[in-house]
Amino acid sequence: MTRELSFVEAMNEALMQEMARDDAVVIFGENIRGQGRGELRGLQDAYGDDRIIDLPISEAAMTGIATGAALAGGRPVVHFQVSSLIFPAFDQLVDQAAKLPLMLGGQAHVAATYMVMGCGASGGRAGQHSDNPYPYLIHAGIKSVMPSTPADAKGLLTTAVREDDPVAVFVPVRLMATKGSVAEEPYAIPLAQGEVKRTGKDVTVVAMGHLVAEALASAEALAADGIDAEIWDPRSLLPLDRAGLAASVAKTGRVVLFDDSHRSCGYAAELSSFIGETCFGDLKAPIKRVTRADVTIPFGQHIEDEVLPDRRRLEQAVHAVMAWS
Amino acid sequence: MTSSNLDAASLVSMYRQMRLIRRFEERTAELIDAGEIRAHAHLYIGEEAVAVGVSAALNTQDITTSTHRGHGHILAKGGDPMRMFAELMGRKAGYNRGRGGSMHIADLGLGIFGANGIVGAGAPMACGAARMFKNRGEPHVAVPFFGDGAMNQGVLLESLNVAAIWDLPVVFVCENNQYAITSPIAEMSRGSLAERAAAFGLKAETVDGMDAAAVFEAATRLVDRARAGDGASFLECRTYRFEAHNTALRASDLTYRTAAEIERWRERDPLTVLAQRLDAEDGWAQGDQAAVDAEVNAEIEDAIERAGESPRPSADTALDHMYAQTYPGFPAGVSE
Ligand SMILES: Cc1ncc(C[n+]2csc(CCOP(=O)(O)OP(=O)(O)O)c2C)c(N)n1
Ligand SMILES: [Mg+2]
Repeated sequence: MTRELSFVEAMNEALMQEMARDDAVVIFGENIRGQGRGELRGLQDAYGDDRIIDLPISEAAMTGIATGAALAGGRPVVHFQVSSLIFPAFDQLVDQAAKLPLMLGGQAHVAATYMVMGCGASGGRAGQHSDNPYPYLIHAGIKSVMPSTPADAKGLLTTAVREDDPVAVFVPVRLMATKGSVAEEPYAIPLAQGEVKRTGKDVTVVAMGHLVAEALASAEALAADGIDAEIWDPRSLLPLDRAGLAASVAKTGRVVLFDDSHRSCGYAAELSSFIGETCFGDLKAPIKRVTRADVTIPFGQHIEDEVLPDRRRLEQAVHAVMAWS
Repeated sequence: MTSSNLDAASLVSMYRQMRLIRRFEERTAELIDAGEIRAHAHLYIGEEAVAVGVSAALNTQDITTSTHRGHGHILAKGGDPMRMFAELMGRKAGYNRGRGGSMHIADLGLGIFGANGIVGAGAPMACGAARMFKNRGEPHVAVPFFGDGAMNQGVLLESLNVAAIWDLPVVFVCENNQYAITSPIAEMSRGSLAERAAAFGLKAETVDGMDAAAVFEAATRLVDRARAGDGASFLECRTYRFEAHNTALRASDLTYRTAAEIERWRERDPLTVLAQRLDAEDGWAQGDQAAVDAEVNAEIEDAIERAGESPRPSADTALDHMYAQTYPGFPAGVSE
């Protein structure tokens, strides 16, 4: 059975179900008792203080505690209230959790999930609360997913919890209240499985997170101009569904990458290099990127808008690759 | 009563500063509701005595670092309400030219290193400034403000230690308002916060943070000590925030504390505490207080009006101010 759930309700359901399924699942977070936002609602009542564990404002320790819990046989989920809170925990993420398994010669793996809530800009959250930090963790080798619908949010979070490696789930702030239909029974969406969110033949627009809905809206506007855009959502950023992406590029031969991470060494840069190396023969035009500008997000609304990828510049880029000959 | 350093004029001036902060915050909440400020803010209402008492012990060359709840710290050190409102409204006349918003307001010229969106992050910067003052033989003092919640951040504990071993001219001011968002400090820390600081080798005191005069006197002792080269210290101010953690959470405030608890603390409203003291000691009449309040209200309204007249920065300046030196095509924009 499916119902309409918001993003955070869908994630809440995934956590409820995984905690019921596996006693080893424990959640670490801050300000859990006052969680108004929903993704942790009811968990403490259902599973108690020993499995839903409230910490002081100590992100570095919280993340390392999760690694230790994982090494001791737990299946920890770490809840970061805002995306930039992974920064105080950076050593524990990139130099400990990500590296330990290989350094230990495979004696143990770290089955940790990082719920990175509130990713991206949403108007007026300014420089320290508007980051989309997935390239940092991807660069460190941490498996990373970013859902664009409530249904994907539930399935990807479920996979993250079940996976025996660290997996970061990046939750776009603009989508947290967005509703969509979600199946009630537990289900998992495998890593490295992208999805065509709209079928088209002229150009592949790779979009993720909150930009998927933007790209779908642009596709309708472009259709009026006779351009049939395919919208492809990687969902799993690392590992990437290379075959799925290559298949779409082989069909259309034109690519616009629509990504709200920084331009230099951002996620679109990685996608671009993959496509350039692997799909060169299919390309009818150079790849174009529409990304976040390489600057800190400024506070004021319209200067914020200026540095973020948007429909206007996506549509311009699509027209440019279509005009290429 | 230890009002030795404090004549009636100083007390009135502290009252005025607290009223300015109170009114600034009340109007900020209203401007948010009216959509004139398109963001949320962490209000300082209830905690005014801390910023005002401490700042009265400082001069312009002393520096402060602040928190997400920074408006009071900035106003108390002489921040211009017009430029602060302009910043909250995202206008060019704002302190940060509309780039920073509530959690990043700063005025380097007044020794205000700025508010900060990351808990605990200001403390090491205060230590860095203090290190430079010490190296250059300057008599200035650095004051990081932070909350009880920040006392569990690694970087803050690292800073306490460094300030102690280097005998830095730093006075750490901990605003213990009993909660970090919804988490009661009693459940997040064992032992007293001042004792923890003392264990690092800092001189540590605790003061009634609802009494501006008491805060001023304690801060003066510790600041004078730092200025004299006698090293770092820690001042725990026991205070309370009367409003929700921030304006976005106003509806859900009562899940972790009771209305009765808030009411008990409101009875010790720092503005009332100081007004009563002035009344008792100096026969400060009700009319005097009303006159100050009216003057402050007019100043705030004038600041709001002038802030609103400032234009918003134009979109073609959105990439500005990231770098001291830029290069062709650098920093990169959204598309080529
Ligand atoms: C490192 C970090 N962790 C978490 C947060 C989210 N957060 C913002 S304010 C706050 C509570 C801070 O409590 P406290 O230091 O006591 O200051 P108060 O809000 O009570 O003034 C938290 C957890 C943050 N901004 N930075
Ligand atoms: Mg607090």
